[in-house]
Amino acid sequence: MSITVLKPGLLSSFQDLGRKGYQHLGVPVGGAMDSRAHRLANLLAGNPQDEATLEITLSGPTLRFDSPACIAIAGAALSPTVNGKPVPNNRPLVIRQGDVLAFGARTAGLRAYVAWHGGIDLPVLLSSRSTYLRGGFGGYKGRALRANDVLRLRSPLDGPDLDALARELWNIKIYLPAPLGLAPRSAVRAMPGAHTSLFKDKSVDDFFSSEYRISPQSERMGYRLEGNTLELKSNAQLLSEATSFGSVQVPPDGKPIVLMADRQTTGGYAKIAHIASVDLPAIAQCMPGDALGFMPVELQEAQALDMQREEAFEQLCQALAPVRRLLQGD
Amino acid sequence: MPRVNDAVPQGWTVVPQGDRALLLVFGDGIAVEVGRRCAAAAAALRQAAIPGVTDVVPAFNSVAVHYQPRPSCSGAAFRQLADEIESVLACTLDARQAPAAGRQIEIPVCYGGQFGPDLDEVAAHCKLDAADVIRLHSGQSAYVFMLGFAPGAPYIGVHDKRLAIGRRPTPRTAVPAGSVAIANLQTMIYPNVSPGGWHIIGATPSILFDPAKTPSTLLAPGDTVRFVPVSSDEYLVLKQEQEREQA
Repeated sequence: MSITVLKPGLLSSFQDLGRKGYQHLGVPVGGAMDSRAHRLANLLAGNPQDEATLEITLSGPTLRFDSPACIAIAGAALSPTVNGKPVPNNRPLVIRQGDVLAFGARTAGLRAYVAWHGGIDLPVLLSSRSTYLRGGFGGYKGRALRANDVLRLRSPLDGPDLDALARELWNIKIYLPAPLGLAPRSAVRAMPGAHTSLFKDKSVDDFFSSEYRISPQSERMGYRLEGNTLELKSNAQLLSEATSFGSVQVPPDGKPIVLMADRQTTGGYAKIAHIASVDLPAIAQCMPGDALGFMPVELQEAQALDMQREEAFEQLCQALAPVRRLLQGD
Repeated sequence: MPRVNDAVPQGWTVVPQGDRALLLVFGDGIAVEVGRRCAAAAAALRQAAIPGVTDVVPAFNSVAVHYQPRPSCSGAAFRQLADEIESVLACTLDARQAPAAGRQIEIPVCYGGQFGPDLDEVAAHCKLDAADVIRLHSGQSAYVFMLGFAPGAPYIGVHDKRLAIGRRPTPRTAVPAGSVAIANLQTMIYPNVSPGGWHIIGATPSILFDPAKTPSTLLAPGDTVRFVPVSSDEYLVLKQEQEREQA
């Protein structure tokens, strides 16, 4: 019933859809940076969408399975292999006892998600299994994986005939609805907010028309951007107020920061814009050094796009009923 | 320094904050009465349990409502939620009922010395004795406007104007857990070791955040706090008690 971490990878931590309902206590939401890929991995492994998955970053871990399991990998293309043989993203995969899952070269994206059917045995803290790395709690011992960690499956993969199961899973046709993919975009969509008019007109123009580069100082808390600096009309200090996933805040140095999954719940810097939720996964898959541009979008359109993605998840969830039937044996 | 505003404006404005949150704004300065309205609005909205709302986050002069747009209100999710919020708040806030008072909580603080390395500097800046700073800080109860910055970290105020001081020009990279620090007529207590730019005048043995406990934070927005000066011996005894309890 266990999995041994042979190599931890660059930064591998368990994440789910985050801690909802505790922001008024200052507890960051956290959760998967690319919630789209996280949910895909779960659905493909026959799980509910909020089961914890392993978020792996750039260079993946090497894991030895000491018992059989069904997994699915989604998100970044990090050349996954089982016993040295390439395996695809976006498919349920049957893993035998003794198999070794490893990752190789990155060909696209930054973060991939590994879901285990039935989930990994992790404590639920504040309604979530997400790891809050900065706070040192949640997930696996409140930290990223290390070599020799042992993960336990919550429920073993029952059924004696793994070959038959693998064959039957392989025969299920899986089509990913288009809104669940990441179409390449020249610019990320963002909405102006209550503070936008506090910035100089030129700064607002610069933000929406010039190119930014993701700084090496970018992590789960936020992405720092290098490019034209942004200035306020006057340097009146603002009162701290709540932040959102995708708020673009601008500290006094004028360099924008896109707030990501582990952002602080509140902040006192002016926010020039808020990224459309539908485009957050694209940012989460960007590497330091990548170029990023922004274009304005209306709130209504952003919400319609968000809704389209939700409907596509609904469709996929229904289409994957045969996978769940096979894995749950009913 | 943010303006301290004694006027309590009636009403509020609603502005979208991206596609999954909106912000209710109740005023434009730091005033306990505005803070109380925010806390009361947040409590009413949490109690109303509007479908799709995931978090309600009060701050000094605003309340953020984080939500998941529902397929049923395609295209008008923001407007629909704003209307639902208006009707919840119309019954609670316009009735002019005294908002439910938060809890009264005493927080032991050992001031100065190794626990409050900036106490003398603050005293000098404010042209006071260290003892006056302690007396003014602990002499009157103060209001918990919001939690933010870190899990369980409170913004407490508004303190006596004689304690006016801004932030430190250069923040510390590591402030010890339990540090009680002031800036802009407010107190911040650092729940865990973290960077911090406020002036540290003391430390509390109280545990501000424990994710394994319910509730996980010592304080909540809307509480009233009284700082109680303790000696370093008392601090150590209290600290040991807390740690035994946590173990």
